[in-house]
Amino acid sequence: MTGTTVQPSLWHVLQPKWRTVRQRLREARERGGWGRLTILVTVGGLFWLGVYGVLFRILKYFRGVEELGPLLAGKLLGLVLLAFVSILILSNVITALSSFFLAKDLDLLVSAPVDWLRLYLAKLWETVIHSSWMVALMIVPILAAFGVSYRGGLLFIPYAVLTIAPMLLLPAVVGAALTLILVNVFPARRTRDLLSIIALGAAGGVILVFRLIRPEQLARPEGFRNLLDFITVLRTPTSPFLPSEWATKAIMSFLRGSVDPMPLLLLWTTAAAFVTFGALLHRELFATGFTKAQEGAERFVRGTLWRWTVGSLLRPLPVAKREFVLKDIKLFFRDTTQWSQLILLAVLVVVYVFNIKALPLHRGEPVGFFYVNLVSFLNLGLAGFVLASIAARFIFPAVSLEGRQMWLLRSSPLDLKALLWSKYWVGTVPLLVMALLLTGITNVLLEVSSFMMVVSLATICALTFAISALALGYGALYPQFETENAAQIPTSFGGLVFMMTTVALLGAVILALSQAVYTYVRAVYEGRPVVIDARMIGWFAVAALVCAAATAIPLKVGLKRMEQFEF
Amino acid sequence: MIRLENLTKHYGSFVAVDDISMSVPRGLLHGFLGPNGAGKTTTLRMIAGILRPTDGRVLIGGDDVHKQPLAAKMRLGFIPDRPFVYDKLTGAEFLRFVAGLYGQEGEAIDRRIAELLEVFELTSWKDELVEAYSHGMRQKLIISSALIHRPEVIVVDEPMVGLDPKAARLLKDIFRQFVGKGGTVLMSTHTLEVAEAMCDRIAIIQHGKIVAEGTVPDLRRQHQAGDASLEELFLKLTGGAHARELAEVLGR
Repeated sequence: MTGTTVQPSLWHVLQPKWRTVRQRLREARERGGWGRLTILVTVGGLFWLGVYGVLFRILKYFRGVEELGPLLAGKLLGLVLLAFVSILILSNVITALSSFFLAKDLDLLVSAPVDWLRLYLAKLWETVIHSSWMVALMIVPILAAFGVSYRGGLLFIPYAVLTIAPMLLLPAVVGAALTLILVNVFPARRTRDLLSIIALGAAGGVILVFRLIRPEQLARPEGFRNLLDFITVLRTPTSPFLPSEWATKAIMSFLRGSVDPMPLLLLWTTAAAFVTFGALLHRELFATGFTKAQEGAERFVRGTLWRWTVGSLLRPLPVAKREFVLKDIKLFFRDTTQWSQLILLAVLVVVYVFNIKALPLHRGEPVGFFYVNLVSFLNLGLAGFVLASIAARFIFPAVSLEGRQMWLLRSSPLDLKALLWSKYWVGTVPLLVMALLLTGITNVLLEVSSFMMVVSLATICALTFAISALALGYGALYPQFETENAAQIPTSFGGLVFMMTTVALLGAVILALSQAVYTYVRAVYEGRPVVIDARMIGWFAVAALVCAAATAIPLKVGLKRMEQFEF
Repeated sequence: MIRLENLTKHYGSFVAVDDISMSVPRGLLHGFLGPNGAGKTTTLRMIAGILRPTDGRVLIGGDDVHKQPLAAKMRLGFIPDRPFVYDKLTGAEFLRFVAGLYGQEGEAIDRRIAELLEVFELTSWKDELVEAYSHGMRQKLIISSALIHRPEVIVVDEPMVGLDPKAARLLKDIFRQFVGKGGTVLMSTHTLEVAEAMCDRIAIIQHGKIVAEGTVPDLRRQHQAGDASLEELFLKLTGGAHARELAEVLGR
């Protein structure tokens, strides 16, 4: 056959994706009914309201400051949008790798007579949606707060959409182009590994630097030599060549009643030019890159190190459990997308400890005994929340990740209890080490009494067992067998319910313990000897019982659910 | 060795397997044929203990797969149609892991792994991550894993898909030898020549029900098919006369 072929429309190429999304939503609705939707909408709504409320108060305060107010508001918006653009570039690079080079529909699209431009635009659109939906949702309450507080009116809504759309598009084009170049240099799977390390390393670095320079000090005008210096700093654009700055200028000019078309024009013309250049780059490099993406897995792995080290440690275990634990550890450390997240985790822990250290509790004057104990006690809740987030990322997906291999596990004589047992301990042991370190170090920094040290270490241990069990139990109750990317699993409905339950657990335990701790603090404060009486023991017992129930019940329910799995 | 008693499986209102009863004695290679969507894979997955039947039961060597799962599964080796294995394990590690699931370890298992890898020509790939394996190599690895604990029964779903002619021949020889030594194989396949050449008995399933069972000559006799080939018999029993229309469609 010769001659020109009629090209399918862009919509036609994208249609399967859209239909898949619709079908997934339908299935989710059928599975969970209105209850699930109500919970999602309520939690989302509350989050939006929270962001809106906090920002609205800040902006209200800014509006009260003559001259400086609008400058501060603009600076704040600029910083927020800059943070979003940075996140978007990182997430677009990773998303573009999947959508342009590793997606399952590529074989079909590349072998069909679809021209390069349609392929590029379809995949770019897919990349924009996948990587930007969360940022787009986050921007809504932020811009709503700006719009309401500066009385932008109804016209502000379409204007904001018009401003933010190119700001989301530009990082996607840049991300796709960067990926295209990288894939031409390295094989795709290697690139994915490299990117996850670079992206997470960079994100970690940014957070670390941002925290360690203590930006809160910059916000204090008394730190500057005079007001003029302060205003000069505020007036200086943070990043004059970045779309976030143009978007800020466009929005702030609208809100101050003097619309400046220049930033909007800059945004749209740059977006158009970038898409054009991106498309041309795609035409030149995609075919070779796609070919390279088909190659390249790691070669030659012996794995004897694991057998000698962890394998020897696990010797006392029955062979099935031992092999299962070993398998889980190997899979984790051989998958760069998994272990590289530990970089970010380490950074967050450093920042956490740094924040505790930076608390103005010890300033030479006698330490406020009450505050130290209060912080140490509340720290338990915060540490619990950190542990819950880690469990959501690493333990919650554990059952889902076995989905494709469940044929093997279910057809073998492996007892499901052994499977759950292995998953539980593989997740719990590192979590426990981290929990003890986190609580221990922060308590040492806070210089707490030995009573508080013992109470917090014992509590965090019990909480860790419970959080781990909850993560595994909910992971089994709401499995995501179709998702290949482990990082996406915690953002599911089950992940949300897990986090909500954990917050409730933390609240209950802290409430129970607060009675005992209050008795202790009061006794010390009043100079009386601390007596561990029946009442105190009773509250400790309540907290222990709550934790024990939160450990046993989810594991039991999870096991029951796993027995019903069908593949 | 394998006994299915009134085995039934519903998916909502859809009846995938409808009250099947069948017995496969020791030392027999039993074929399980049927058109797409007839209920073959569902039946085999219930036998392997992966799916729970809505009704009825599966016995392997006298043990109920769902009531005494560990005893029944110790006798069983299952080979699925889609070779999903852990991508980040090497071939040798995967086999060692599977052996561990059956409680086996030590030098004997190391020797067994080496032997199986050698037979399936995977020795030079044993330290490669599975993600680098082709479809056929994965299939060979899964077949090795099903044999590693020396099962008494092999349940296999579409074993020839993705195998090169040499491996396909090897597998046929392995199954024949396995059966010769008293093992039992229940095999689903679409390759009717393979079924006709290899199987001692055959069951044909359609719309979740067994529509014919016996040796090929039995089936010919039961359905007055003269000396028709298994393919013709299969088409006759499963309403495959549409094949002629297909040729017309392709002929444009």
